[in-house]
Formats: sequence, C-alpha cells, structure tokens
Amino acid sequence: MQAFEYANPNTLQEATGLLGAQWGDAGVLAGGTDLLSLMKENLHTPKRVVNIKNIKELEGIHRSGGGLRIGALVTIDELAKSHEAPRSLVEAAEYIPSPQIRHMGTVGGDLCQRPRCWYYRQGMGLLAMKDGKSLVPGGENRYHAIFGEGPAYFVSASSLGPALVTLGARVKLVSAKGSREVPVASFFVAPADENSRETVLRPDEILTEIIVPNTTMKTATYEVRQKEALDWPLAAASVALTMSGNKVTAAKVVLGHVAPTPHVATAAEEALKGQSVTEATAESAGKAAVEGARPLSQNAYKVTLAKVAVKRALLGAVKA
Amino acid sequence: MANTPDYSWPPEDKRKVIGTSPQRLDGPQKSSGRAKYSSDMNPKGMLFGLYLTSPYAYARLKSIDTGEAERSPGVRAVHVAAKAGTEMPWQGFEIAAVAADTEEQARDAVRKIKVEYEVLPHLVKDDDLAKAGTRARQGGETVTGDPDQAMKDAEVVSEGQYGFAVVTHCCLEPHGQVVQWVPGNDPSGANDHVTVWPSTQNVSGYAGSLGTNIKVPATNIKVRMDYIGGGFGSKFTPDAWGVVGANLSKQAGGRPVKLYLERSTELMIAGNRPSAYGKITVAGKKDGTITAWTYQGWGSGGFTPVPPPDQPYIFTRVPNSRRNRTGIALNGGSQRAWRAPGNQAASFLTCCAIEDFAHKAGKDPLEVFKLNAQYAPEARVDTYRFQLDKAAELAEWKTLWHPRGEGGGGTVKRGMGIGVAAWNGLGHASQCRAVINTDGSVSIEIDSQDLGTGTKTIITQVAAETFGLALNQVKLVIGNNDLPPDGGSGGSTTVGGVSTSTRKATVNALDKLFAAVAPDLGATPDQLEAVDAHIRVKGSPNKSLTWVAACRKLTSSISEMGTYNGRQQDTAGLATGGAAGAQIADVSVDTETGIVKMNRYVAVQDCGMVINPRLAESQVYGAVIMGISTALFEERIMDQETGKYLNPDMEFYKLAGIADIGNIVVHMDIRPENDKRGVIGLGEPPAVPICAAVSNAVANAIGVRVPQIPLTPDRVLAALERRNA
Repeated sequence: MQAFEYANPNTLQEATGLLGAQWGDAGVLAGGTDLLSLMKENLHTPKRVVNIKNIKELEGIHRSGGGLRIGALVTIDELAKSHEAPRSLVEAAEYIPSPQIRHMGTVGGDLCQRPRCWYYRQGMGLLAMKDGKSLVPGGENRYHAIFGEGPAYFVSASSLGPALVTLGARVKLVSAKGSREVPVASFFVAPADENSRETVLRPDEILTEIIVPNTTMKTATYEVRQKEALDWPLAAASVALTMSGNKVTAAKVVLGHVAPTPHVATAAEEALKGQSVTEATAESAGKAAVEGARPLSQNAYKVTLAKVAVKRALLGAVKA
Repeated sequence: MANTPDYSWPPEDKRKVIGTSPQRLDGPQKSSGRAKYSSDMNPKGMLFGLYLTSPYAYARLKSIDTGEAERSPGVRAVHVAAKAGTEMPWQGFEIAAVAADTEEQARDAVRKIKVEYEVLPHLVKDDDLAKAGTRARQGGETVTGDPDQAMKDAEVVSEGQYGFAVVTHCCLEPHGQVVQWVPGNDPSGANDHVTVWPSTQNVSGYAGSLGTNIKVPATNIKVRMDYIGGGFGSKFTPDAWGVVGANLSKQAGGRPVKLYLERSTELMIAGNRPSAYGKITVAGKKDGTITAWTYQGWGSGGFTPVPPPDQPYIFTRVPNSRRNRTGIALNGGSQRAWRAPGNQAASFLTCCAIEDFAHKAGKDPLEVFKLNAQYAPEARVDTYRFQLDKAAELAEWKTLWHPRGEGGGGTVKRGMGIGVAAWNGLGHASQCRAVINTDGSVSIEIDSQDLGTGTKTIITQVAAETFGLALNQVKLVIGNNDLPPDGGSGGSTTVGGVSTSTRKATVNALDKLFAAVAPDLGATPDQLEAVDAHIRVKGSPNKSLTWVAACRKLTSSISEMGTYNGRQQDTAGLATGGAAGAQIADVSVDTETGIVKMNRYVAVQDCGMVINPRLAESQVYGAVIMGISTALFEERIMDQETGKYLNPDMEFYKLAGIADIGNIVVHMDIRPENDKRGVIGLGEPPAVPICAAVSNAVANAIGVRVPQIPLTPDRVLAALERRNA
C-alpha cells in the first residue's frame, strides 16, 4: 500500500470535488472489501482515499415515482433483507457469501469492484497480456469467460449486475460537473485494451444510486458456487418474465460470471416467448442461453453450469 | 525411596479426572481474544520487518542494490539474504529484509530495493509425468513375490490413475517471530542476549537451533510462546526468517523486530503437502482377495525431487507387487510435514485402488476392505475389521450403500466411501517438574507447547489425577525454555510424552509428600492415597489430612522431576504407539453442476487410553474438517507460462467453511484392550483417510472415478461426461 491522503467528506458535492481526472488521483471508499485489497497489493495506488460512508444521501432504499432508489451505501445485507426489492435482486444479494462481506460490502461496491481474475490480482494486468497476447486462453482459465472473443477474458465480478440488467435498472453517476443516468446494461463494458476499464464509470464520478423500475415481472436468480463459505460464483443467471396467465410474453435472461460483462442471453429470451415455463422449456432456454459460447481450454464445464443456472432460475421464478 | 514408584495409570474405575471431559482450559482466553499469540506481541520500541522475495519461479540474482532502501525514512536495518549469483528456484525465495519504525515505512523501503534477475527456465506442473523431462528422477523399482505371474493368474484386474494436488498448510498465524537481539560487550557473542517470541511447534528445540545459526549461546536465548495459530507440521525450526529477524534486531542496535511472512509468501515458501499421482493395477480373486499390486507413482515436493509414498498402504503384506516411484523437481516451495506426512497420499492411492477393485469384482467394498485387512500389520488386523464394522454401523452402510452408480433416479446422487489410517504416535522424550509448595499450591512446569490440541488441559488433568486435586488447583507453565525440556509437537508425539513425564513427576512428588506426612497419620507412606484434596490412609478415610494441611507439614517445597526418554520400553506402560482408524464419507453429488456436498462423515479412531474424550473428539473433528477441505477445495494452482503461483491468498486458495463440512460423527475406539495400551498420539491419524473416503464416495455416487483431488465441479462434470460418452 502506498501512502495516501484520507478525506472524510459529509456531502456528495464535497466528495466529488475530491476526485480527479485520473484513476490514480483518488479511490472511493465505501465498504472497502475490494478497495483495501487492491491497495494492499499495489494494484491501485490512489493519492487520496475518499471515504463516502458519512454521506447520508447515499444510504437507504426508497420508493419514489417510477421505482425503487437504492443508495450506493446500502449494504448487501440490507438489500438481502429488503421487502421492497424485486426477488431476483434479493436472491442475488443473499447468495453473496460470508456475513462479513454482506455487512461491509455495499451495492455500489458490488457494481464497481474490479475483476477477480487471478492474473490481474497477481499483478499481470487487467488483460493479462504478455508479448501482445493474453495469458488466459492458454493458461489457468478454469474461472474465466466462456463468452467473448477477448482480449478481456476475466468475468464480471458483480453479483447484482445480471439481476439489475433483467430489471431494466439504471445507475446514477455523479461528478462535480453534473450527473448522468446509465442503464446497468450499458454500465458494464468489455475493455479493448489495458488502459480501459470494465465499466463506463469515470475517475471523477461516484456511483450514487441504483434506480430499479417498478415491476410485476416474475423474477429469480440462481447462482452456482462450489463452496457455501466465501467463494466466487462459477456461473449465475437472473431472469425476469412478463407473464400472461402461465405463458411468457417477454423474458429477460442474463448470465453472470461467464463474460467480462453480465451476458444477455438473447436466444434464451426468444426461446421463452409464448411458452409456459416447464422443466423442458427451461432446459431448452438454458441450451439457447449458451449459444455462441466459446469456452477456453479449462472451462467448458462453465457452459454446462450456465445452462443449469438458467434452467433453475426459470423454474425458481415461476415457483409460487 | 524403598520401592520403585508405581507410575501406572489408575484403573478405569478409580480415575477421577482422566477420562472426564472438562472444556479446554484456555478456551475462554482464546474465544475472548485475550490469548496473546506471538504475532500479537508488540514490545516497546518494536520495528516492523518485511521480506523482499523473488517474483520468478526460477531465476538467478544478478545484482542487488539496497542503497535507496537503507536511506528510506524510518529504516533501521537492511539484511541481504540472497547475494549476487544466488539461484532462486521458486517464487517467494527470500532476497532481502528490512526493519523500519512502521509497517508503511518497511513496505516503502522494500519497494526501493533494486534487483536484477536472470530468468531461468521453469517447470511448475507435475500432473503429467511425460512432460517432466529431465526434471524427473527415477527412484528405482521394488518387487515383492512374482507380480507378473500373479497378474496372469488373477480372476479380476482393475486399473486406475489417481492424483492428489499440492496443498499448503495455511496456518492462520503465518510463520515468523518477534525477536530482540541485544548485543553485549564481548565480540564472541558470549554476553549477547536474545529474547524471541516465535510461532513454533518446538519451543524447547528453538534456542539451540537459533543459537547455532547466530552464534549466541542457547543459554542466553529466552524463548517464550503462549499460543500458536496453527502449525500442522510446518513450524519446527527457527527457519531463515528467525535468523534474519534476529540479525535485523542486532543491526538496529537491539530493538525488537517483528518479522512474519506475508500471506502470499506464507503459501509459497512455508511448506506444502507434496503432490502424488499413481497408476495402479490391483489383481485378485472373484471373492475380493487381492493377490497382486503394481504401482507407478510420481509427484513433487519442490525443487528437491521426493517420490510419492510406497504402495500399498497398511495392506503391506499383499504377496506380489511391483512399485516404481519418481520424484519431479518443480520450481515451487519445498514440502514440509503436513499432518501425517506421506500417509494421506498413501491412503488415498491405496483406498481408491481397492474401491475400484471391489467394484470390478462386483463386491461390497466394506467386505473387500475387511477381507484384505489380513494384509495389515498382524497386531492391527482385528482392529481394522472391528473399526470398519463400527464405522459402517454409524454410517448406516447396510441401509444406505448401493453398488456404484446406483445412487437414485434424480439429478442428485448419494454415495458412500471408505478410507483407512495408521499412525505410530508414541510419545517423545519429555521432562516435567512438579512442585508442591508448603501452602498447598502446586505447579507443573514443562517446556512444551499447545498447538490448539488441548495439551495444556491434558497435562493439568494428569497432574490433578495424581494429586487428587481439582483442575483449578494445578498451575501449569509451558512455552518457556527456562523449564525442563519437552520435544517438538510433531508426529502426534506430544500427548504420550507430556502425559508420561507429568505422571512420573507428580507420582515422584506425591511420594515425597506421603513420606513427609505418613508419621502424622500413623501410617507408612505406601499406605497413603491422595483423593478429593485429602491425603488419607487407604481403607481408613477418617485418618486423613486435607491437601493444604498436609503440605503445611512440609519444611520446604517439594520439586520433583519426571523424565521419559521417548523409547517404547521405558514408558512404564503409560504410553505406546500404533493407532488405527477407519472412516466413511457420505456425500451427495449434483450431477448437473458437479458440486459435491458432505452429508455425513464417520470417523472411528483408536488412540489407546483417552485422557479427555471431548478434546480427543475435537482433534478428530479438526482433522476431518481439514481433510474435507483438501478433498473438495484446496489446491496450489500454478501457471506454467509465467511460473506464477496464481492463488497464494485466502480467496482462491479455497478453504472449507462451516457449512461445507456436513455432519461429522466421531467414535473413539476406547475398548478396554485399547485403554490398557496407554496413551497414543492422535493429532495426525484421523487426518489421513479423508481424500480417499470422499473420492470413493463420489465414485460410488456417480458411477465413475473422478481421478483428481480436489473434487471440483469441472473434474466431476468431466468424469460424468467420459462416463456418458
């Protein structure tokens, strides 16, 4: 960890004023479950750490107008216990393991955390490039992406992202110059080079809240994780179904932890239209969801897991 | 003294403290955070020490420049461990260390050390022997009987390949120490004084070893350790960091230095359990009797090639066998003893091969293990059969077991598997001093250590038993090298050692007390007994003195030694070696995800006479939890392209959590014939068979062997695909 200046602003305005134009200027501290390990490993060496935990307006879950506003400082535990939030989002929060992470980690942090790729975490760069080539496809890629053509092969670490995409949620990003709202679906991006990032968040912005539109859709999340204790998911799926009777009129199916961004499974969404959700249609949707998957040398099993996650999420969504 | 004292344990029906289950005496200290581990020590003026280590799997150090680091703020000492030209054959190899006023300053300074490396070609993977090339060292062939003829004559032949990953000890308290070396006025070091708080499994051996390395007499080295956060076989010597830490302290003019390994360095260089792979053929009769065994084994314990253990395990009297073993020199940190070193790999390979053979023969593996127990050491044949039956009963084997692959119609399949263990566990040489003071207070002094196994409680129970006192009337001091020496806590030798020396010391001291008070009670010393805090005449309970009144009759304190030299013939019947265990895993496998869940795990274990059944069971629980973690999750993952250790952290080096271990059922085999054998060590044997039992259970559940440990979803799904192909 490098020495840094520590700032304790009480307002959003103060906080955004403390950020800079470059990533190295400042780091935003909320739960700290990722920032601290990045700093300890010297993967992130901000000159200033801006603690946003004293900013009251970033707390709480509020219903307003068109939906639910979830403050960036809401903890994973608060979200998991929310009666207001859609089921798929609550389930996604519940899956996040370890009481410590659930109590310290925040929803804003879940979206902004850096990839868990071990090449990146061991200091070999976000894209793990060596001699102009990624180390991942020929290396230890059991936990890496099964979608995409590179050069990013890490998987999005966000557990809430897939559910938020199915719900049509937006995030509010605030800088000293103003604010903007971005659909979660376009918040995540696959970086094309080592200097790019995996979200559209800029160094001078703070993610302040998540806006989830009101919904009557049937939703669910299913996560495949090896350990019950602290562990990263191998694959996950969130679904949101618009129903007419027991027939699906529109479906949203988004996979997590299988690509550098939450992966929208368009073919699965199409396959479900007009169907009722049964073991057979859920299975077919699972198969459709992994169309186009390009597993690496060690992670073909994740294609199977993604299929199963979709099937189980769908069956979960229609269960009373 | 007229007669040789009778040291033997009281008969079962006379024991008041031994055989009871008080909770561990240091439990409240530990659970409340008041227990101070060596790494919690912060003596006044302490400096923070930190290593710079090699980032490469294999490199030669071309040059090192510590100038800027030495000038860095707060830096009080810099020590170069690897000079120019040093070959550094693994990542994490120690290059230099600094000591600074604060942790931050030490970290800043380490980054300012300039090193030039010449990177050398590395090998970091060993799962494929064919890729090892010149790094493979053949260990030679051993042949027993006529394996070729036996294979030809066999009615059933089963072949399999099994693999077992490198895992690390992952001690929660990393390796290291706080050390203070105060130079004296004699250049020879004769007046130097060193105080060290290490995290060690061998407090009494520490000073001699450190002293030899730093040329300070052991008499001038004080070693203190109240608590240790895990060792598992990896913490027996001061290690290089003990010497480096001491040197930093001396360089800094005698200020104490805390030098502990970083988590990543801990996982890289502080020891590991070597890998083991084996191609095994088992041949035999249709009834399940094994007649021949062939084995081609390989594995790696680091840069010095160490072959995997011999085969078969326990069933060593199989009449015909051919065994080849190869060690591979890998660019990874060196192996260290890991809770029953060698035995886990040996048990894994053997028990998986037997289970596969039983399947091939169409037999219930329980019966096949029992039948072939004839090949176990003679003294244990009946024990294994008894324990296998007991484990089967507790695991409901007869109701729940099914032939391989017939685990039910749903996607989740249930299965059961067996593993067996052996261990010696004879106590190590140990000396104890028992002191009875004139006010009735009692102390027991022994330079041992409690690794979390309950040693403190056990010693106190033995003393309380002899003296007829309650536990809280006995004061115990350990972890201090001014006290009579004990051995290192390895090989499950501690309980046998300390209970023998403590029993002898306390009996000797009590005899002195009897001699002193016998005239007052109108009896001879041999007519006295110590019961319920009284010294009384046997058979005449009215003729008695309270313990305190008796002690007040002493003109001076009694101080008596109990010594035991570690040899079986000199235990006075108090301790012995030779433990056996049988375990059964009951798992469920989700065949869609490949995730294995533990339902129940049954461990049947003997360890002779049990001093504290609760703590004995606790040892078995701990061993089984650790074993389940290795069977399902733990693995050192190396990247061949870069040579990097990819998961030297607690995030991707996966350890089981409480919800991952299922229901563990422990049965201590304390039949009278075991009790009369005396005390046997227990820390290691129950950790032996778990990978075997879990792998066998998964094979039983899904109908196909998953050849590689840990049993991760990718491997389970791949095995299922091969079955379905």
